[in-house]
Amino acid sequence: MSEPLLRVRDLSVRFRARRGSVHAVNGVSFDLVRGRSLGIVGESGSGKSQTCFAIMGLLPQSAECTGSVRFEGDELIGAPRRTLDRLRGQRMSLVFQDPMTSLTPHRTVGAQLCEIVRVHDGASAAEARRRALEIMERVRIPDPERRFDQYPFEFSGGMRQRIVIAAALIQRPSLVIADEPTTALDVTVQAEVLRTFKAVVEHAGTSLILVTHDLGVVAGTCDEVMVMYAGRVVEHADTSTLFAAPCHPYTRALLACRPGLDSKPVARMPTIEGRPPDLARGEPLGCAFAPRCSVATSVCEHSRPGLRELTQTHRAACHLLEAGQ
Amino acid sequence: MSATALRERDALVESAAGDSPGRAAWRRFRANRTAMAGVALLALITLFAIAGPWLSPHDMETNDWERIQIAPTLEQSHWFGTDANGRDLFVRVAAGARLSLLIGLVTTGVAVLIGVLYGAVAGYVGGRIDQWMMRFVDVLYALPLFFGIIILVTIFGRNILLVFVAIGCVEWLTIARIVRGQTLSVKQMEYVEAARSLGASPSRIIFRHVVPNVLGPVIVFSTLLVPTVILVESFLSFLGLGVQEPQTSWGLLISQGASAIDSSPWLLVIPAAFLAATMFAFNFIGDGLRDALDPRDDS
Amino acid sequence: MSARPLLRVERLSVRFPVRGAVDGLLRALENVSFELEPGRTLGIVGESGCGKSTLARALLRLVPIADGRLEFDGRDYTFDDETALRSLRRAVRLVFQDPLASLNPRFTVGQSIREPLEIFEPGLSRTECDRAVGAALERVGLGAGFAQRYPHELSGGQNQRVSIARALIGGPRLMVCDESVSALDVSVQAQILNLLADLQRDTGVAIVFISHDLSVVRHISHRLLVLYLGRVMEYGDAASVFASPAHPYTRSLLDAVPIADPVLERERAARLPALAGDLPSPLNPPSGCVFRTRCVAATPHCGIAVPGLTQRGATRFACHHPLG
Repeated sequence: MSEPLLRVRDLSVRFRARRGSVHAVNGVSFDLVRGRSLGIVGESGSGKSQTCFAIMGLLPQSAECTGSVRFEGDELIGAPRRTLDRLRGQRMSLVFQDPMTSLTPHRTVGAQLCEIVRVHDGASAAEARRRALEIMERVRIPDPERRFDQYPFEFSGGMRQRIVIAAALIQRPSLVIADEPTTALDVTVQAEVLRTFKAVVEHAGTSLILVTHDLGVVAGTCDEVMVMYAGRVVEHADTSTLFAAPCHPYTRALLACRPGLDSKPVARMPTIEGRPPDLARGEPLGCAFAPRCSVATSVCEHSRPGLRELTQTHRAACHLLEAGQ
Repeated sequence: MSATALRERDALVESAAGDSPGRAAWRRFRANRTAMAGVALLALITLFAIAGPWLSPHDMETNDWERIQIAPTLEQSHWFGTDANGRDLFVRVAAGARLSLLIGLVTTGVAVLIGVLYGAVAGYVGGRIDQWMMRFVDVLYALPLFFGIIILVTIFGRNILLVFVAIGCVEWLTIARIVRGQTLSVKQMEYVEAARSLGASPSRIIFRHVVPNVLGPVIVFSTLLVPTVILVESFLSFLGLGVQEPQTSWGLLISQGASAIDSSPWLLVIPAAFLAATMFAFNFIGDGLRDALDPRDDS
Repeated sequence: MSARPLLRVERLSVRFPVRGAVDGLLRALENVSFELEPGRTLGIVGESGCGKSTLARALLRLVPIADGRLEFDGRDYTFDDETALRSLRRAVRLVFQDPLASLNPRFTVGQSIREPLEIFEPGLSRTECDRAVGAALERVGLGAGFAQRYPHELSGGQNQRVSIARALIGGPRLMVCDESVSALDVSVQAQILNLLADLQRDTGVAIVFISHDLSVVRHISHRLLVLYLGRVMEYGDAASVFASPAHPYTRSLLDAVPIADPVLERERAARLPALAGDLPSPLNPPSGCVFRTRCVAATPHCGIAVPGLTQRGATRFACHHPLG
C-alpha cells in the first residue's frame, strides 16, 4: 500500500508552565488514508485539540513539539513557517467551533470566499466568484447569488458555519480538520450541518479529522474513531467496531454516560467518577485512567499499558486486554 | 485559535496556579525585570525626596552669597552645586521631588476616585442617565486643559491646591470613559446577572462585582497618569503658573535652569534627569502592570 | 399531579421594545402557561432564540412581564416591586450555563456561595455563614476545603458544583437551571445531573431545567415544555411526550439528536429529513402557526389560523395537524 495521506508518529506537545511542564499530547501515532474520515474524541484537556494544532503547525511559541507528522510526503514538524502557511488553506484547512470569530464581520461572505481563491490561485474575479457560488451551493446555502453579497451577521449560526465549511473546502484541500464544528449549534441545526459537511467532504474526496467530545456526532460522520485521554491515545478503531465492541474501559464508560434517546431514561445516570489527572503535576506512573477505572488492578497503577493491536483496525491501551480478557 | 482551544491551553498552562487573580498578576509583575527596575528606580527617587533634605547640611531657602552658581562639588557639601541665588541645588531638587511626586500621586488619586465612581455608575445604570453623564464628560473633554488652568490661576491667583484640583478635574474624564466601557462588558457577565438574580442592590453590584473587575486597565492607566500630571505641573511652573517661590518643583527648577543653560548647565540637567528618570520608572511599571494584568497577551 | 403547584405561570407574555419589529415589539414570550409542583422537574426545550432564557429570567422577574400571571407558592408576583420580590428571589435561584463566567473571578468560592446569605440574612454571624458555606460545599460533593480557592483554579464541573452550592444555600424551593450542563464534558454532565437528582430527592426542591439537548432533559424531567419562537408548542408529561410527541416540532427535535451507534445513526440520517431552514426572525414571526415555515405537515390553513392548545391525554399541544 502506498503512503497514507497523513502519517503521525510519536507526536508530543509540551507546554512550559511555571512549575515544570505540561505534557498535553504524548506519543500519539496514527495514519489517515486519503478520503477517510477520523474522529478524535475526548474530554477537555485530553489533548485532542492540541494534536490538531500540532498537525497544522498552529501551536503557540511556548509549545514544544516533537515527533513526526508526514503529510503527502512532506515532514511538517520543524518545517519553516512559510511552508506551513502555504500549506494551510491550500492542501489542508481548518474549521473552528465558533463561526462568528472565523469570519471577518465587516466584509461580505462572498468577498471572503473569493479572496481565498484569488490569494492562492491568482484566479480572475469572475472565476473566483464562480467557484465561490459553486461551493456555496454545495454546502446548501439557499439562494447563493443573493447571499453572496451579505455580511456574516445576516446569517444564522448554522448558515455561518456552512460558510466556514465552504471557505475550508473551496480550495479542494486533501485534508480538513474540524475542531468541534457543531458544538456551538442547536441540535436541530447540527444534524443538518453535519450531513452537509459529510456530503461535501465525500464528494471532494477530502480526508477529514473531526475533533469532538460527542460520540454521537462521530457515529454518523466518521469512518474511524480515536479516543484520547490525558494526552494519549487509549483506543483507535473502525467506527462500527468501536461502537459495537469497545475494548477500553474509558471508551465504554464514555458510551455509557452519554445521555441518549436510544436508551431508557434512568433515575441515576452512569458516570465516570473523579476527573482527569492534572497534567501539570507530571504524568501518572501507571495508566492515567486507573484512578477512575472500575476494573483497575494494582498493575494498572504501576505500569503504563502500551497501545496494542487487537486486529488490523483496532488498537487499545489497557492491561486487561493483555491478560486476555 | 478557537476560544475553547485557547481556554484549554490556558487551563493547561495555568492549572498549576493556586492563588487569587491579584496574587497571580503580582507574581507575573515581579518576574518582569524592566518593571522591577522601574520600581527600584522609583523607590530610590522617593527615598531621595524623603531623606534628601536631611542628608544635606543646607536648607532650601538659605542663600550662600559666597558660592553663587557653583558647579557640583564636594566642597561645602554642595553636591549638585548652587543656583543663581546661592541656594543648594541638592536640597532644592529633593524638595522639588517631594512636591512633584505629591502632586502626581494626589492628583491621580483624585482622578481615579472620581473617574471610577462616575464611569461605573454611568455604565451600570445605563440608558438615558448614562447618555447624559457621558455627554457631560464629552463637554468637559472639549475644554482645553491649559486654557482652563490659566483662567483659574488668573482669577484665583497662584495656588498649589488649585493646580491639583484643576489637573484632577480634567484627568478623571479619561478614567471615567475607560471604566464605563469596561463596565458595559462586565455588566453582561453571568456573575453580575447571578448577583442581580439574588436581588443584590445596585450599589452592592457596583462595588463588589463591577469595580474590582474593571480596575485592571485603570491601574495601568493611572501609573501612566502620574508622570503625565508631573509633566503638566512642570509645564505650568515653567510658564510661571504653578508653584511659587520659595517653594519649588522640578518644573520650576528646570525653568530656572533653562535660563542659565550656557553658564551653568547642571541647573537644568540635574532636575531634568530626575524628571526623566521618574517618567521612565512609571512607564516601565505601567507596561509591566499591563502585561501582568493581561496574561493572555502572548506578544 | 394532585399536589398544590409551587409555581403557576398563566398566559405569560414578555415583550421588548425593538426597532424593526412589526409593531415595535419583540414578542419574546407569548401566552406561556405551565405549573410545577414541589419536588418535580420541568424540562424546557427549544432552539436558541426560542425564549428559553427569557422565560428563566421572567420566573425571577429579571425581565418585566407584559401580560399574564406569575404565581409562586400561592402568591402573585407578576407586578410586585423590587422590595416585594425579595421573598421570590430568596426562594427561586438561577444556575447558569457557563460555570466560569457565572462566578466572580475575584471572589473565592466561599465568598461567592456566601453572597445569598449576606443579602437575605444580613444578621448571620461569620461563623454561622462559614458553617453554612461548608455544608453547602459538602452537599455538592466538593468539601469545605474548597472555600478558599478561586474559580480559575477549578475545572468546569467543579465550578458548576460551586454555582449549584450558591443556588442551594439558604434552602430555595425552586432552582432554575439555564443550560447548566451544556458547557460540560459528557462524563461531567452525568455527574451534575445526578447531583441535581439527589438534591431534589433530599430537599424536595423543584427544578426548571432548560436545555437545547433533549437527551439530557429526558433523564431529569417529569414534565416537558417545548417552546418555539416564544410560543408553547407542546406541554405535558415528559414520558408521554417523548414516547409519542403530538407536535411535528417536538418530533423534529427528537429526530435531530444523534445516536451513538453508527448503524442506527446512518439509518436515522438516511430515513429522516432534518428540520429544514432556519428559525424565522422573532421580529417578524410567520402568521398563523409560527412553525409552519419549517413544518412538513403544514397546509394553507396553518398560515391563517393560530392553533390553540388541544388537550390529549396528559399533554397539550398547539397544532392543526397533530401526529399519531
